[in-house]
Amino acid sequence: MPHPDSLEVQIQQRNPVFIDVTLHCEPGELLALVGPSGSGKSTVLRSIAGLNRPEHAVIRCNGELWEDPQSGVHLTTQQRKAGMVFQEYALFPHKSALDNVMLATPGQSRKVRLQKALAILERTNMQGLEKRMPSTLSGGQKQRVAIARALAREPRVLLLDEPFSAVDQQTRRKLYRELAALRQSLELPIVLVTHDLTEVQLLADSLCLMHHGSSFQQGPVATIINTPGSREVARLVGHQNLFTATIMANEQEHTVYRIGELTGVRGPILPGARVGAQVCLLIAPSAIQIESVSVSTHKKIIEIKNDNLLRLSGTVYESVILGDELSIRLHLEHIPKSLRFKIALHTAVENDIKQGGRINVTVQAKGIHVMASQ
Amino acid sequence: MTALYVSLKLALWTTLLLVPTGLFVGRWLANTTIRGKPWIESLIMLPLVLPPTVVGYYLLVLFSPQSISGSFFTQILGHPLVFTFPGLVIASVIVNLPFAIQPIQIAFCNLPQELREAAWVSGLSPLKTWWHIELPLTWQGLLASTTLVFAHTLGEFGVVLMVGGNIEGSTRTISIAIYDSVQSFDMRTAGLYSLALLVFSILALAMVRSNSQLPGGARKAEYRTMKLMDH
Repeated sequence: MPHPDSLEVQIQQRNPVFIDVTLHCEPGELLALVGPSGSGKSTVLRSIAGLNRPEHAVIRCNGELWEDPQSGVHLTTQQRKAGMVFQEYALFPHKSALDNVMLATPGQSRKVRLQKALAILERTNMQGLEKRMPSTLSGGQKQRVAIARALAREPRVLLLDEPFSAVDQQTRRKLYRELAALRQSLELPIVLVTHDLTEVQLLADSLCLMHHGSSFQQGPVATIINTPGSREVARLVGHQNLFTATIMANEQEHTVYRIGELTGVRGPILPGARVGAQVCLLIAPSAIQIESVSVSTHKKIIEIKNDNLLRLSGTVYESVILGDELSIRLHLEHIPKSLRFKIALHTAVENDIKQGGRINVTVQAKGIHVMASQ
Repeated sequence: MTALYVSLKLALWTTLLLVPTGLFVGRWLANTTIRGKPWIESLIMLPLVLPPTVVGYYLLVLFSPQSISGSFFTQILGHPLVFTFPGLVIASVIVNLPFAIQPIQIAFCNLPQELREAAWVSGLSPLKTWWHIELPLTWQGLLASTTLVFAHTLGEFGVVLMVGGNIEGSTRTISIAIYDSVQSFDMRTAGLYSLALLVFSILALAMVRSNSQLPGGARKAEYRTMKLMDH
């Protein structure tokens, strides 16, 4: 049963861009709307704010119907009380930081509006900079003013459209902390549009994935990233080690799979999947460990050692140093696909891992996730 | 000096009638995606490329009491439009359409749509958005439009001569007076009038140029905020 003050969104449209999205966000929850460029994330956000009017949409927020074609409800942007932070902040260039916030502050008396605006600017760490014009503010300061302006309306929902894309890495980290601190005092649904998964993991409670205008899966961030519901979702959250497998046998505690020519791979059970069905296995890079460097041999080196450990061998096809890690692409034997993972640089040096060399890796069973193939 | 008075009166009327029209049409053209937009824009720009005599000829035909439109005007006003001051004002308004609309249209085209949307999301009604956001950010276009229309009307010659004729105190403008003075070898009057037009035109253009380089009243806003916080 959704919270009465939550945000409930259902949008379907064919033109000008295809959108088929269902999402919900509870008060105090930060929902990240994630997807590649052009997936329709911003269109959804704009539709919630009333800046777009989709062909069919039901939007409910704070117990109030904002959009419903069946009952003919369509609230204007002004009536919706949605606070929005635009990608480039869209601060009014001819107005000072304070004026920008005051303009959005409701209230009859100028004095009351002034006090409210000053208080909100203080909350977003902008005290002392109220008189400054947007052109004289840094990217981070502009974002703080934009958030203050969005909050000034006393909104029922806060919409953030890629708010960190216009600032440098250092400022971004600082702003992440500020937003995380600020949202603790906000009891309203927050929707953040982004394509940065690091940002999502740092800030969001839940995640809704979008691709080609459709929403795929919504749920807690860790659940979707670690145990995606489908190959498509896994790809969208950046997983690369995805293998098509065939179910060989369903046993009591696990299922036995075949990947390429490799048989006897034990993995988790996919409820409802029958023997012979094709599924997708995801191997989490964090579950991969280097075992040893093997000498060149013709004997079959891929085998199952025990129930909890999968041993794989292959040739290092690509090794690239990324900071203090080595990114490895391993051409697996008996499986026509590469395995990608990273290891600490000192481990690579100790094990003399280099391009063209053969290595054995082990994968913990808990690092294998099974999902529907399509 | 009567010619100068007629010219100033004509310029004032034309500006008063055209600038609000320019504001409305220019803003509409900047935001519309209507199909026939290039045709509408071409029609507005026509007086820029057509010789003034051609524009004048068609206006004469249009205003003639023998035409449908001309007889309509005659019925309304009680006299024909040709060779009268009201006729001159209408002709001047038509000829100056591109000067009034273009700068305003460009100013509105340069106004990011996001600013308008940010104002709506902030709860501002379309009218308040226009007053607080659009107008202060497009005033340079409005000023350019006003100055150009006023200056161009003062200097207009061809169409004025065709439609207004050369009636002392009624339709004889400064540019026609210059032409007449040269024709009658009164070079001193011609020189005086020409100098007046030259100085005014330079001043008008300088005003438009210098304003286009100002940072949109930013210092004023900063000052206003300072005063507000002092209270």
